[in-house]
Amino acid sequence: MSRPTPAPLRAAANTIGILAFLVAAFPVYWMVNSSFLDRNEIRNPVPTWVPFGGDLDNFRTVFATDQFVNALRVSLMVTGLTVVVALAFAFVAAVAVSRFRFRGRMSFIVTLLLIQMIPVEGLFISQYKMLEAAELLNTVVGLTLVYVASVLPFTIWTLRGFVAGVPYELEEAAMMDGCTRVQAFFRVTLPLLAPGLVATGVFGFIQAWNEFTLALVVMTREDQRTLPLWLSTFTDVNRGTDWGGIMAGSTLIAVPVIIFFLVVQGRMVSGLTTGAVKG
Amino acid sequence: MSGTTDTRRSTPLPYALVLPALLALALALGYPLVRQVVLSFQDFGLAQQFGRPPEWVGLQNYRDLVGDGYLWRVTLRTILFCLVNAAVTMLVGVGLALLMRHMARGVRLLVQTGLLLAWAMPVVASLTVWQWLFDTQYGVVNYLLTGLGLDYAGHPWLLRPLSFFFVATVIVVWMSVPFVAFTVYAALTQLPEEMLEAAEIDGAGARSRFRHVVVPTIRPVLLVVGLLQVIWDLRVFTQIFLLQEAGGSARDTNLLGTYIYRLGIGGGEFGMSAAVAMFMLVLTVVLTAPYVRTMLRQEAES
Repeated sequence: MSRPTPAPLRAAANTIGILAFLVAAFPVYWMVNSSFLDRNEIRNPVPTWVPFGGDLDNFRTVFATDQFVNALRVSLMVTGLTVVVALAFAFVAAVAVSRFRFRGRMSFIVTLLLIQMIPVEGLFISQYKMLEAAELLNTVVGLTLVYVASVLPFTIWTLRGFVAGVPYELEEAAMMDGCTRVQAFFRVTLPLLAPGLVATGVFGFIQAWNEFTLALVVMTREDQRTLPLWLSTFTDVNRGTDWGGIMAGSTLIAVPVIIFFLVVQGRMVSGLTTGAVKG
Repeated sequence: MSGTTDTRRSTPLPYALVLPALLALALALGYPLVRQVVLSFQDFGLAQQFGRPPEWVGLQNYRDLVGDGYLWRVTLRTILFCLVNAAVTMLVGVGLALLMRHMARGVRLLVQTGLLLAWAMPVVASLTVWQWLFDTQYGVVNYLLTGLGLDYAGHPWLLRPLSFFFVATVIVVWMSVPFVAFTVYAALTQLPEEMLEAAEIDGAGARSRFRHVVVPTIRPVLLVVGLLQVIWDLRVFTQIFLLQEAGGSARDTNLLGTYIYRLGIGGGEFGMSAAVAMFMLVLTVVLTAPYVRTMLRQEAES
């Protein structure tokens, strides 16, 4: 900003800024804070603002239940599988879309855009029926199948940008130096794409790790719950009682996501609106 | 981009490369879509779930739904909720982005950190925290409001529909503002500074500079972001569903998404719920068309 902001405007902006920070960050702080408080502090009409003298009892309670460990196992399997499969499928598709002109390319891109807009609620009834008929309800494979389809469009879309960002001339140069086309791709282009693949993979991880709706539809049995499902029923069963435990569970689920998110956030914003911002 | 593209004709390679993704999408989305159309023309209830073959009823499900006052109430509620949430999110997000330009650097960093934290929170974790904040007995919100001298001790927030939707709106807006604020702020950093200065030298006041320089620059971004908000807020499911489970009355607070779920998977009325789902799909496509067109125009330009 080359022109100085007038003092009253600056003061107002700063005040609103601090207020906005408090509203945005307080719930996250409150989750972590409450997870360290014991039952008496939680059930005190006067809130305990800082967890001085707090302990890890709530976390111990969470880990002591088989349900949490089991949900963690299911979540890790579904998330891991989804990321690997979606990344592999999306990568080859992204190469096709950004390195080749072929008939149907544009329809493929339009299809991706359209699919991205479809609400899960618009299809989950028939996805349920399909998985039921295939006896894939309550299985990691069944949930992974619908997850892969739901992250694929965005994954292809983002990776496409990364692939297009590696100049084709580099590959050509390598081919002139005697590499085959395939060798040139693997030796020159792929290493340059590594950051893009990591960022996109992390995005897929966050999506699958957080997803609630499809998990609710596909995993109806208690022993096949993912972490978000486990957390939601934890709330339900202990209605209004063990907030400390619930917050400990929330913290455990949220912390890895927040860390990952901070790592890739910049890339994802540009991925969502590339065209819009640069236009 | 055209310079980097392989223009050799009629090689099967790109088709082979697209195939895995296409197959996955066809299996997990395409087939269910076809199946859903079929399902919506059938009487498929609990009896069929236990093995009785489904009966073709033509447009009966749709006719029943059109004649059902409840569906219209839910649709109206969904659209209203969507518009209010999108509008509030845009107002707060764009307002913050504009103000961020005038904050001290430290404050701006603080705001961005807070927004990032809110953005990064998993939806179910956010839901549990906000429920805890709005808890009837020990919630911080009631404590603070009571401290301000208002009569909010033991106030049950989820009991009445209007207050239920207020809580839902707070949560949805809290989760959605970061994306809007960051995107619009990024667009604002591309403002042509020389143009602002030239306008100022020519005697343009702050308001006219805003209207004639700032707004035209960020208009494309505002359009896309606003459209995305509408699309996303039309399909709010998790927030409503979990708040209902936490004590709201489902019948008085259903939006289209939760209605489909409760009708189909909750109630076993698969034919009817498939028809509602088709209705929701059409509604989405209608609202999405301008967004897809914008994105395609950018695609053609790049």
